[in-house]
Amino acid sequence: MAVEARAENTRRVLDVAALPRTVFGNQGLIWWGTTGFMVIEGSMFVIAIVVYFYLRLQVRDWPPSLPNPGLFYGTANLLTVIVSLLPAYIAKKKAEAFDLAGVRLWLAILVLFGVASVVLRFFEYFTLNCRWDDNAYGSIVWLLLGMHTVHVATDVVDSGVLLALAFLGPNTNNRFVDYSENSLYWYFIVAWWIPIYLTIYFMPRWL
Amino acid sequence: MSDFVHPIERRMAFTLTSEERLRRQLADTWYVPRGIVGWFSVADHKTIGRRYIITAFGFFIFAGILAGLMRIQLAVPNNHFVGPDLYNQIFTVHGTMMMFLFAVPVMEAMGVYLVPLMIGTRNIAFPRLNAFSYYVYLFGGVMLVATMLLNTAPDVGWFSYVPLAGPDYTPGKRADFWAQMITFTEVAALAVSVELVTTIFKTRAPGMSLNRMPLFVWSMLVTAFMVIFAMPTVVLCSTFLLLDRTVGTQFYNPAEGGDALLWQHLFWFFGHPEVYIIFVPALGIVSSIISAFTWRPIFGYPAMVMSLVATGFIGFGLWVHHMFATGLPALGLEYFTAASIVIAIPTGIQIFCWIASLWRGRPRFHTPLLFVLGFFAIFVLGGLSGVTLASVPFDLQVHDSYYVVAHFHYVLLGGAVFPLIGGIYFWFPKMTGRMMDDRLGKVNFWLFFIGFNVTFFPMHILGLEGMPRRIYTYPDSMGWGTLNLVSSLGALLLVLGGVLFVYNVVRSYAWGLVASDNPWGAETLEWATSSPPPVYNFLHIPVVEGRSALWNRSPDASVVTGIRSDVREVLLTDVMDAEPVTVTEYPEPSIWPFLCAVVTSAFFVGSIFTPWALPVAIPPLAVTLIGWFWPKKRDHAREMEEHAGDGTVPPEGRLRALREARA
Repeated sequence: MAVEARAENTRRVLDVAALPRTVFGNQGLIWWGTTGFMVIEGSMFVIAIVVYFYLRLQVRDWPPSLPNPGLFYGTANLLTVIVSLLPAYIAKKKAEAFDLAGVRLWLAILVLFGVASVVLRFFEYFTLNCRWDDNAYGSIVWLLLGMHTVHVATDVVDSGVLLALAFLGPNTNNRFVDYSENSLYWYFIVAWWIPIYLTIYFMPRWL
Repeated sequence: MSDFVHPIERRMAFTLTSEERLRRQLADTWYVPRGIVGWFSVADHKTIGRRYIITAFGFFIFAGILAGLMRIQLAVPNNHFVGPDLYNQIFTVHGTMMMFLFAVPVMEAMGVYLVPLMIGTRNIAFPRLNAFSYYVYLFGGVMLVATMLLNTAPDVGWFSYVPLAGPDYTPGKRADFWAQMITFTEVAALAVSVELVTTIFKTRAPGMSLNRMPLFVWSMLVTAFMVIFAMPTVVLCSTFLLLDRTVGTQFYNPAEGGDALLWQHLFWFFGHPEVYIIFVPALGIVSSIISAFTWRPIFGYPAMVMSLVATGFIGFGLWVHHMFATGLPALGLEYFTAASIVIAIPTGIQIFCWIASLWRGRPRFHTPLLFVLGFFAIFVLGGLSGVTLASVPFDLQVHDSYYVVAHFHYVLLGGAVFPLIGGIYFWFPKMTGRMMDDRLGKVNFWLFFIGFNVTFFPMHILGLEGMPRRIYTYPDSMGWGTLNLVSSLGALLLVLGGVLFVYNVVRSYAWGLVASDNPWGAETLEWATSSPPPVYNFLHIPVVEGRSALWNRSPDASVVTGIRSDVREVLLTDVMDAEPVTVTEYPEPSIWPFLCAVVTSAFFVGSIFTPWALPVAIPPLAVTLIGWFWPKKRDHAREMEEHAGDGTVPPEGRLRALREARA
């Protein structure tokens, strides 16, 4: 009888207590949330660029009776964000090694690059040589630049908040996943600047 | 991965006291906050899902009343019950609300409520985002209702074509409200889709590999992906419209290099998948109901899954069939004709699989199954009229006529609302702990089924006779009076059916028979827990042993242990095979998502009136977002706890120790 009672009370179990509580990359939830929003925003960029070319087909001259955009600030911004991939990459590696001092340093450098990019972006609007309400060309160029600016600015603020948290704490193990995935989102923003830059600054010259 | 840690399989003793202690602790940890602040802080997927469903049905009733007003107006020729201006607002808000505020959200809401239960986890991923999405959706809907009540509702049709909706032809704010309402709903829908994809891919119970996933979960997965790829287009096109109307951009102005057809391309590139976003979850509901009422798994599971996925892809290749009358090149139209006919194939495969399931099983004809059978009849008819519309010459004849109105009501009501109502009858016991009245349900079904056909079938004939859609009245001499009267009488039956449904819901909620855990003997995991489920969903996370989680469960089935019950820990598994990978912690309830939704909504509404809404909104938005993510006391406690683990206190020291431990 005693044996039977014991048999009723024991069950097969799958004990997951030993599993890690902190994982980086696509085994964790933060990666999936970040990637989900990158796919959504990436789709928006794709459609916006498609609209650019669609509008190109509607008129004979491109840009329609407007000068070409100036190249200086856009190109400077391109170089800035490409160089910024390095601090982003190092910050990510430091986060994955739980190296708080490294995260603080390289995240701070990344924020500085981000701020520089926003400042350069401010001057870019003046070198577009068109207004958003001039014609459809002006509208789509401003929209492309504006959409990308929103992304850059958001991520600079986001990185700034993370930087503050890195100094203020608490730096739980899972906080390092946030530091790491922040760089992933920055890669995404930098990667999108290349086709958008080519569209805004070179399509008027090539098409 | 070399440092991959595997879970340990063993036997463990469970006693009544230890189970009771666990139950109490889980209830304590996953508490639903109380009080007014608590009400706005809830992040539980069942509470939010229930609110979503109730809100969506509220909008359904509002839009249904508008439909009733239209049927009164059209019942007889030369009627002056409502004037043309009000009529324009009524049909615009009816269509907009049904599509954007009822059909899409209610389907996502079913996913929000059911998916975590069906896959065996404790909450939806990103629960605070889920709460945020609900409030944004609610405020967007309330805004549209307010415009209707204030006689400033959009009046340019639910797809708001330019140039009519542009600044030249619709001055004032009406079309802006429409464009911003889109922004509200898409923010909500996109957020829910990311949550659902993450939940489905990462939090399935161990053993529930992709090829064992319930068909309803598959349908929500396909839907979520469709939302993710379709909605960005409508985000852009409605933003263009708002910018054209408020700050003078020229996207849709042909005089300045813009293009009016651009709107149609962008809108329908979203709008056609939208139809499938509404319809695909309904397919999942149908599969759930058929398997439960035949007591056998759905015939042809791989074919069903492939069909769902194929529908998801083909749905993106059909948008131009809404634009056959716009003079696009004929070669392009032929492609879209072919694609529009091809999409009937995966749907046909599913219908044959369901018929096979019903054929081989012994169906029990309770109310949910009746609604599914009604779905077959009505949806197949709607599908057939859809195939006729795919033919360009025929489409040109009936374009913008009541034939089209008949077609899309057959596919949308037949394809989505019938399964949905069946689904409510089916899951009501799980959601409330009480059964709905089956006798009233059957009367409800027949009122809906007969009322629907009497209302909408005559519209096919009216369309063929040339009655255009969106006219507020018609002269006696057209000879459309009789059929319109029949249609309006049918609408009366639909109203009666609707009232009976609401009565049945209220009555059953208060006095219905108490439901057992699994009143229908169904196969999926949501029926493994109590009705209604406890706030933590499952006392033990189950280990799934087969495609029918409950029917394939061996008497000695494993359960998961080693997940902490004193914090909100959730097991994460891998995408393909649902092998346990890690354990993560979900956030506590918080008021910040609600506050953030309030600020976001104020910004959306404000931007209709002035572009300065953006700079004004940024500081409070930043504050609420930072508040949302700012660490709580709990995190400090966690940091201390982690330090205690390796005997170090300052972060640097701890990290050095960690690094050394890793090396």
